[in-house]
Formats: sequence, C-alpha cells, structure tokens
Amino acid sequence: MDFNHSEDRQMLADTLARYLQQRYPTGVRHKISSSDTGWSSEHWSALAELGVVGALFPEEAGGFGGSGFDIAAVFEQFGKALVVEPFLGTLLAGRILSKVQGQKQLLEEVIAGTVPLAFAHEEPQSRYDLAQVAVRAEQNGGVWTLSGCKAVVPQLEAANQILVSARIAGTPGEESGIGLFLTDVASSGSQVRGYPLVDGGRGGELILAGSRATLIAENGYSLIEDAVATGLVALSWEAIGVMDVLKAATLDYLRTRKQFGVPIGKFQALQHRMANMSLEIEQARSAGINAAAALDETRVARERAVSAAKFTIGRVGTLVAEEAIQLHGGIGMTWELPLSHYAKRLTMIGHQLGDEDHHLDRFVALGRVA
Amino acid sequence: MDLRFAPEEEAFREEVRTFLKEKLPTRIAEKVRQGKRLTKQDHETWHAILNERGWLANHWPKEYGGPGWSVAQAYIFDVETALAHAPRIIPFAVSMLGPVLIKYGSEAQKSHWLPRILDGTDWWCQGYSEPGSGSDLASLKTSAVRDGDHYIVNGQKTWTTLAQHANMIFCLVRTSTTGKKQEGISFLLIDMNTPGVEVRPIVLLDGEREVNEVFFTDVRVPVANLVGEENKGWTYAKYLLTYERTNIAGVGGSMAAFKELQRIAATERKNGKPLAEDPLFAARLARLEIDLENMKTTNLRVLAASGGGAASLEFSAMLKIRGTEIRQEITSLTRRALGPYAQPFISEALDEGFNGEPVGPEYAASAAVDYFNNRKLSIFGGSNEVQREIITKAILEL
Ligand SMILES: Cc1cc2nc3c(=O)[nH]c(=O)nc-3n(C[C@H](O)[C@H](O)[C@H](O)COP(=O)(O)OP(=O)(O)OC[C@H]3O[C@@H](n4cnc5c(N)ncnc54)[C@H](O)[C@@H]3O)c2cc1C
Repeated sequence: MDFNHSEDRQMLADTLARYLQQRYPTGVRHKISSSDTGWSSEHWSALAELGVVGALFPEEAGGFGGSGFDIAAVFEQFGKALVVEPFLGTLLAGRILSKVQGQKQLLEEVIAGTVPLAFAHEEPQSRYDLAQVAVRAEQNGGVWTLSGCKAVVPQLEAANQILVSARIAGTPGEESGIGLFLTDVASSGSQVRGYPLVDGGRGGELILAGSRATLIAENGYSLIEDAVATGLVALSWEAIGVMDVLKAATLDYLRTRKQFGVPIGKFQALQHRMANMSLEIEQARSAGINAAAALDETRVARERAVSAAKFTIGRVGTLVAEEAIQLHGGIGMTWELPLSHYAKRLTMIGHQLGDEDHHLDRFVALGRVA
Repeated sequence: MDLRFAPEEEAFREEVRTFLKEKLPTRIAEKVRQGKRLTKQDHETWHAILNERGWLANHWPKEYGGPGWSVAQAYIFDVETALAHAPRIIPFAVSMLGPVLIKYGSEAQKSHWLPRILDGTDWWCQGYSEPGSGSDLASLKTSAVRDGDHYIVNGQKTWTTLAQHANMIFCLVRTSTTGKKQEGISFLLIDMNTPGVEVRPIVLLDGEREVNEVFFTDVRVPVANLVGEENKGWTYAKYLLTYERTNIAGVGGSMAAFKELQRIAATERKNGKPLAEDPLFAARLARLEIDLENMKTTNLRVLAASGGGAASLEFSAMLKIRGTEIRQEITSLTRRALGPYAQPFISEALDEGFNGEPVGPEYAASAAVDYFNNRKLSIFGGSNEVQREIITKAILEL
C-alpha cells in the first residue's frame, strides 16, 4: 500500500500550488471571473507551460500523465485556488480525442496550451443522463450538420473547438446512435450564449441550427461515459481541494473568534461539528482515491467507483459548505470573505455531471448489473 | 382535541383572501413569487395598503392602532398573506420596536413614534450587533455618555439590515461599564441624519446589499430618545426578542415556498418523467412535507399555549430552529430540482422589467441565490446554536 503520489506527480502538484498561491490569489481570481471573458488566457498559457494540461493526458496522446491520480493531483490544486480556466472541458473533450483516430495534431495543440476545448454534451432536458441526447446530426453530401441545444457548458465561450454529442440514430435515452463531432463556433454557424455562473465561472448555451461539424466517432456512448468518469474524478478532487480550504479557514476561525470571553472553538457544540466535518472530509478523500484508482478498471467497477465518489462529494460537500458558513456566523455570509466563494463553488460542483441523488441511483443500478 | 379552526376563524380567512385578491398588487406578488428584488417603494406600498385596512401592526393592542386579533387570526393572516406572495412585513418597526415602545416607552414617545411607524414616515433599522458582539450581544461596546440633555454616542454597529433605507435606528448602547455587562446597557433611538452617523454597505455572498455597517462618531442624541430607564435596556431587548411573533417559525413563508417547489418538481423532468416521481427526490419532498406539517402543529400548539401573549423563550427557540431548518431545506431542494440550471447567475433577471431571455426555466434565476441568501436564517436573530443553548438550559435543565 502506498497512499502517496509518485515523486513526479507530487512535484507537479507542488509547482502548481506555488504558482497559484503566488500568481492566482483570491483578488486576482475575482478579477478574472468578473471580467468579460471570465477566464485568463495568460494564466491558461502559463499553466499549460508548467505542464498542467499535459498531465491530464497519457503519453500515447502526447501528454505525460492521464491516470486518475494525475487528474486528481491537478484538480485538487484547482479547487484550492478556485481556478476558473477551461480545464474541465479540455479534459473531457481531450480524453475523447485521445481515444479516437486522427486527432493527434489537435491534441498536441491542446496540450501546448494553444487550443482550449469545451465538451457540449448535456441538454436542457437531459438532467445528467448521458444517453439523453436530442441534438440531431444529419449528413448531406458528405457534410454533417447539427441542430438542437446544449446546456450550461462550462467555459463554452473560451473554447476554440467544441466537442458536441449528437444523435445520428435512435431516440433520446438510447445509448446507441450517439455520434461525437467537433465544431468550431467561428465558422460553423452555431451560436453561443454565454453567462456568468453563481460560483464565479462562466458557462453557456450552444445553439446549433444546421451548424457544420466534423464527425469523429459514431456510436460514442462508451467514449462519453469514459470521459465523464475522468470528469467525475476531476470534480471530486476539485471538491476535496475546496473542502480542505473550508476546513482550514473554519478551524482557524474557531480558534480566533471570541464570544463570551473565549474562542468559540471552546464550545463543545461546535467542536463536535468540526470533528464530524473533518471525518466526513476524510471519507470524501477516500472516495476520491477509490474513484481515481478505478479509472483503469473494467467498466462497471469504474463507473460504480466514480458514482460512489460523486455521491459522497455531493453529500459531504453540502454539509461542509453549510457548516463552514454557519460556524463563521454573519461574516461567513459576506462576499468579502473568500470562504463564501469556496462554499458556492463546492455547492455548484454538486450541479455538474450529476448530483448526489443521480449518482446514488446510478450506483444502485450498476450494482444490479455487477 | 380539535385541530380545526372555528367557523368565525374560517370566515376571517375568507375575509383575508378577499382583501388580498382586491388589494395586493399583482405586480408585487409576482415579484415575490419569482424571488425578484423588491424596492424600498414596493415595501412602502404594501405597508400603506395594510395600514389603510388597519392590518399593518396586527399584533399591537387596539388602542395603538392594532386590529385586536386573536392568536388564530394573526396566524391565519400570516399564512394567507404568504401563500398569496405578499411581501413580508418589515419587522424592525412593526414587530420589534413597536411592542417595546408600547410596553416601556413614555407617553410622549408612544404618541410621537407609533403613528409614524404606521403611516410609514419613519423607516427603522435594528442596531444591536457589533463586530465583537454577535452571539454574545451583552458584550457590546458602543458607548453613550450623558452630556446635559444629550447622549454622545461613539462606536460601531454591524449587520444592520436595510439601514440604507432607514432614517431611524434603535440601538443598544453602553451607558455603564461597572457591574454585570447586561446591566449597563440602554435602549436608544437615534435619528440617522444626525451628524456623525455613517452607513457603509456590506455585500453578501449572493452579491446583494442587504446589510450595512453603521458608524457613530460623537453623535448627539437627545435624552428624550432613551426608552425606559437608563441601564435597563437589556430587559427591553429580551422582551423584544421573546415578544410573541406568530411567524417566528415562518410557517406561511415555508408553505408558499414548498408549494412553489412542488410545482417545480412537477415541471422538471428526469428520465422523461416528472422529477416529483423520481423515488429519491420524492422521498426528499415527502420528508420535507411531513416536517412542515409537524411544524405547523407545533407552531399552533405553542401559539395556543401562549394565549396571545409572549411565547416563552425556549419555545420560540424551538420554533426558530426547526422553522429555519425547514425553510433552508426547501431552498436547498429547489436549487437541486433545477439540476445544471441552478448554475447560471443572471443578476439583472432579478430586477423588475427584465425582458432578456431567461437561461433555463423561468423559475431558475433566483434558486441558487435564494439558497445561499437563506443561509442567514440559522445565523441571525440569535443563531440556531444559541437557541439550542436556550433549550438545553431552560427546558432540559442541563
Ligand atoms: C443577513 C443578516 C442580517 C442581520 N441583520 C441584523 C440586524 O438588522 N440588526 C442586528 O443587530 N444584527 C443583525 N444581524 C446579526 C446577527 O444577529 C448576528 O450575525 C448573530 O447574532 C451572530 O453573531 P456573529 O455573526 O457575530 O457570529 P458569532 O457570534 O461570532 O458566532 C459564530 C458561530 O459561533 C456560534 N456560537 C457562538 N456562541 C456560541 C455558543 N455559546 N455555543 C455554541 N455556538 C456558539 C454561532 O452560532 C456561530 O455559528 C444580521 C446577520 C445577518 C447574517
């Protein structure tokens, strides 16, 4: 047994942590998130140069990582700094590109940091169900066009290339017949409606109206599931990073805030809650470890582990966000305190790629198969 | 036992409903239903409508302009107004200061301030908390030093809700530093237009300005604005906190919010079926509904026992804890019900007259904002931890 990261991985995590501490403090993050674009291409490039994008992909794909623990190590740091740059979309779409033929060059550019990607899969009615794809793909004279709408795509506007799922055959809810396409907003005739998100990131609706796209995989369901599994590992570890920050800040507060002449941490009513919160965070970390380790397992083992993790992170995330605010009292409710932004991000992670109920349900269903 | 309301109470319910149908502006009710921002004027409009009918200060004694309602009537009014999406009555003047003046104020204070509360001349805010004094309110430091016919006030209040709208603030100030800390506190009314008063906004996590810091630098306050006796302010403050407010549990508001949640759960789809039919979500809804039903009865039991007077401190504590937990769970489920569409944050969509296209369903705009904003419920008005302390000490005698 060894629960430590490999030396290389730890070095990358440390370098990334240092970079974010120095160059991406809360003030800078707020400035970036409230800017018109809602992300920083400068930091994106710098992070890519550090090797952060490369760490998300395996050697065969031109990267130098790509395992569950590589993804974990990187996203944990993103959580600690509330990074808003388009890493999740790049991971999901890049993962799919790395598993299909003929996308090596694009992936190289992605890893070099020149091309951020978005993964536009969810739709207004799909509610986390990966097979609920209604966007239609049609082929005419060798040209594919897509029609329909994709919903709340993280950092959609930031992406040069968007990976879109669309139905070639069948009806929404069926796993077969879902194709995967690449589209370029500038030249495809699609429309992007961007907006700020509650947690400080940006998202967007992708409106496809006969928009041109390039088919990269037919019957892409299992590719989607696999990519989303990496996304769940990423989000779980981002959440763990956020929770560690919330825990540290709350502990610090309990030790320093005085009421009734003593630090509030002296009240047993709060001590037990803090104890509970920290043990739940360790449970969440273990769930994250299980999920990261299971990425290379067979499908059912992998999917059960990532669903278990997202369920745990969702449940514990709500607890930690709410307790952190509560134990801070009024000050925890303020914009000025970084804590409130961590709490918002943690809560919103629950709304990405499936919430706690969705994954509990899925865990049960996968158990029947196993 | 008979849990039904009496026929005359049901008749009263009809009277309230008719009034709401006729007098509550649809424009304002829609804003409340959709969780949009209310302006100062919206509140003033609604208060004026209620006052015209004599229903604004509905738990004041008749001689001061109250309607002379029974506990049941006041409860019915709270529930019906909430279900009709009326704005809540801003509590500071009507529910907090009013009863204190009526019980402890001088005749001059009563005849001057009470009518002005009713007709909306004054907008009051509550200056209790200070940066170092939250749960431990009695440790407050803002000082008032007697100088002839005036007190000279120095210090800082914080978390003052809607102080940006207020022209008057009722404060707890320290008039003595000897003896027990509770015994050197006085209850003072301060005109916010006096030189030396400064209000600065605090932005909350949802980006809204709802609370403020209020600074006092050598502010001269006429001694005539002292309520009751010097150094007895703690008694009045405690009275204010325990003063029976039929809606401390917020049952009406929770009933309205729960109905809205049910509507959303019936509209949102999961696997092609209404979310309300998803077993896990249905279980969450069911638990909440049961909790709310139980709360309703607990609330009525406490009200009945109080016989129209003040509910005891420990029973208000129970109502406050469970009532706020239920409300928070409703906002939490509403947020969850939206799935990915809880994430977009279109701030302008919360303003009246927004005619941009909503992102996601029309009810999505305020869900997450509401959830985060309502975290305050378990913090203010005596945090839920402090309420539990009250229960353990007073009822359980631990
Ligand atoms: C939105 C909002 C509006 C408000 N409006 C007003 C207003 O209009 N006027 C006004 O005067 N005040 C107002 N308040 C202030 C509110 O009453 C205080 O925030 C509250 O009393 C808690 O104080 P605090 O924030 O200093 O937290 P603290 O007292 O520092 O408490 C921090 C944490 O410690 C816990 N704690 C403290 N003591 C104990 C104990 N003995 N045992 C167990 N746990 C304990 C608390 O419950 C909390 O979880 C408002 C607050 C908010 C958030």
